Amino acid sequence: MNKPYVIAMIAVISLVTVLLRFLPFWIFGKKRAVPPFISYLGRVLPPAAMGMLVVYCLRDVAPLSYPYGLPQLIACAAVVLLHVRWRNTLVSILGGTAAYMLLLRLVF
Amino acid sequence: MDKKAEKRRGIAPAFRGLKAAFLDTVPVLTGYLVLGIGFGVIFRSHGYGVLYAAAMSIFVYAGSMQYVAVDMIVGGASLLAAALTTLMVNARHLFYGISMVEPYQNVRHKPFLIFTLTDETYSLVSHREGVPAQESPTRYYFFVSLLNYLYWISGSVIGAAIGAVLPFSTEGIDFALTALFLTIFTEQWLSGKGHGPAVIGVLCSVLALLLLGRDDFLLLAMALILLLLWLTGKREVARYE
Repeated sequence: MNKPYVIAMIAVISLVTVLLRFLPFWIFGKKRAVPPFISYLGRVLPPAAMGMLVVYCLRDVAPLSYPYGLPQLIACAAVVLLHVRWRNTLVSILGGTAAYMLLLRLVF
Repeated sequence: MDKKAEKRRGIAPAFRGLKAAFLDTVPVLTGYLVLGIGFGVIFRSHGYGVLYAAAMSIFVYAGSMQYVAVDMIVGGASLLAAALTTLMVNARHLFYGISMVEPYQNVRHKPFLIFTLTDETYSLVSHREGVPAQESPTRYYFFVSLLNYLYWISGSVIGAAIGAVLPFSTEGIDFALTALFLTIFTEQWLSGKGHGPAVIGVLCSVLALLLLGRDDFLLLAMALILLLLWLTGKREVARYE
């Protein structure tokens, strides 16, 4: 094990990550008033980013080979249906996750 | 008023805030513990123990990047390669920062809140309707950020300490994080303030994924999303100017 190398790697990765997290605040957060376009993005980015994150989480699904992404598809449908019915975040997430784990063990 | 009563008055709301944040972060607790343990186990299997796993989780605190980092360290990648890869994998954090500039304008512990803005923390704090009524947003932001950070560090330390996966099968439990994002996506959709941005987010990401594949699609997806949001929002922004 090369100690200085590992420490340097952790430092570099940490530095870049921190930079990415702080950059928008340094650029747009200094002024008294937030620029209108940033304010607009603050309202429309969260739903767009959530959509992107869902796709990001499902990026390894292979719809063309067995099991054709069915476990994920069914579990996602369960999450949405549970949420439309109960509007309770915990119920939707735990229900969907339980459905997914059961599908992996019992069906696929 | 005597000091004791004053103190009690301060503790009760803080406790309420902690409880509200805890309930909302239960899905993150599940996902972070499992993924954190996974990270600790893998890192240790290459000879890096608790200290290294803890250092990485404390200073980097970025789930998927930490898995990539293990591969790079084991493969002896250069520092420059590590920096560029981090830039690619974590560029999405720019998105989170941009949308939290305004909500985080006058909060306490601001540097800590910014440092701990992961995918999961962002999904909770960006969803402003999710802040419980009568709860101070600042306190809610702080507790959500703190709890998630602690879950992740605990997970990786546990993983590196025991060095083995849990005795029961947890296969599929990481779906909790997918479910978290999808639930908030659905909630935002149902609360109905225009579905345009949600549709743009999904379509641009799917398009970019089909074009570039799993490893490289995020940057293109983000560029497409920004472009379309800019095009569809021009008129709305002009009204504010």
